[in-house]
Amino acid sequence: MAPATEHADAATAKAPEAPRAPAAAPAPAPDPRAQALEAALDEVRHMVAGCMQCGTCSASCPNQFAMDLTPRRMWRLLLHGYADEVMDSKTFYLCSSCYGCTLRCPRGLPLTRAMAALKRASILRGGPGQRRHGAFYATFVDNVRRLGRVNETDLMAHYFVALRDPLAPFSFMPLGLRMLAKGKAGLHGSPQRGRLGPLFAKVREMEEKP
Amino acid sequence: MKYAYYPGCSLTESAREYDASTRLVMADLGAQVEEIEDWTCCGASAVESVSRLLTYTLPARNLALVERAAASAGRDARVPDVLVPCAACYLNLLRVGEEAGRDRALAGNINEVLAVEDMHWSGAARVRHLLDVLVNDVGADAVREAVIAPLKGLVVAPYYGCQILRPYPKFDDPEHPRSMEPLIEALGAETYAWSSGARCCGASLMATKKEVALRSTGRILLDAQGADVIVTVCPMCQMNLEAYQSEALAAVGGGERVAVAYLPQLMGLAFGLDEEALLLARNMELTRRFRDKVARRFADAPQAEPQAEPETEPA
Repeated sequence: MAPATEHADAATAKAPEAPRAPAAAPAPAPDPRAQALEAALDEVRHMVAGCMQCGTCSASCPNQFAMDLTPRRMWRLLLHGYADEVMDSKTFYLCSSCYGCTLRCPRGLPLTRAMAALKRASILRGGPGQRRHGAFYATFVDNVRRLGRVNETDLMAHYFVALRDPLAPFSFMPLGLRMLAKGKAGLHGSPQRGRLGPLFAKVREMEEKP
Repeated sequence: MKYAYYPGCSLTESAREYDASTRLVMADLGAQVEEIEDWTCCGASAVESVSRLLTYTLPARNLALVERAAASAGRDARVPDVLVPCAACYLNLLRVGEEAGRDRALAGNINEVLAVEDMHWSGAARVRHLLDVLVNDVGADAVREAVIAPLKGLVVAPYYGCQILRPYPKFDDPEHPRSMEPLIEALGAETYAWSSGARCCGASLMATKKEVALRSTGRILLDAQGADVIVTVCPMCQMNLEAYQSEALAAVGGGERVAVAYLPQLMGLAFGLDEEALLLARNMELTRRFRDKVARRFADAPQAEPQAEPETEPA
């Protein structure tokens, strides 16, 4: 009956002691996740606050043809309170970090960094679209955390699992086989496995501090 | 010339040919290249999308290792420049100093993290890309002297990619780079005039939005049709340009395949180094057209024979 159980883990849902009515929850305590998202978006707004809408970024972007919002339009929407439209777009996930816009921006704004900051904000916002778009970055960083150095074969294997798309590996399979034949792929051990554990733990601790 | 060498993860796996040819060519040019002990991943271009603090601490850890090694070598030991062949590693390592150098709070946070390993970053180690070192420390004249088998008649398209010059143009024009041209000419080859040398190859979009990256790669390959080979200075550019040619060319309406090689591989060929040692067999797109022209290099220089250890003494 309670709508919340729809999303709950099956084991938890069947737990006997769950009489608390969700509707009884009192006044909204600030959700830390929402606060973190707002702070992340504020960081981006601060980066692009000096935008004068000249459109040099859009004209310089090699991937603009595939974007639903042009970069120029995206900065404007963000500054005028349309954060959801920005977060729902795939524009910032199409940034390939070529730094063309950053180089040419007549206001000297760090636009490539702003694109990356939007990807980080999108992680905080969550949702199925984010999971798919962000899977590569999350998998990559987890690979670094576990192995100390990236193993490209291990990375791609975990990436395909994270995508939850059984067809995804097929478009890379012919290349994977050619790379195996060239000795360019394989699961060898990393000499630095676990080396970055303490550093990652410390960063996490510092980033979770309010 | 002494450098602390940061190979980066790609050069230990898919781009081992870039690592091997870099070490051989630098040794041939008389440079001392010592791998940083205990180095770890710099975070590549993915980490910035996940954590701002990791973006700086992962590369800073490697720079701190260089500083620590210099300190333990003695009070007067100079902190060596850090030599980086990979464009993404280079940018990550470079921006620690570029950004934390003028942001005390960030520098403080970086060092708070590094303290868990009893390390400290001060910014003493200068970060240099391989191309910068070849052009400005070695120089085209020394390269010319090391050549024993000039690559006559070979037309070479210099491909710089993005991150070695943007957003921090340390050694060349970030829109119209030309620093590779004197090196290419020193090898006896010709520079192919084109406008795609600094155009983005799609980078990691090849993993996340393949259809978009294929168009970027395809346009570069189309523009290179008059060249015998594209030379690269980045493992990701190399992979995107060499490994997806049939799909990329199809995405832009078709064209001929183009050979793609790392700059130090091409230099090694002109230096008379052994093709096996340069790991040429690992390249995924070396066309007959390229191979035929390169095979002629010893015919043009009959006194030179292929050898693994040429006895040229660099100036």
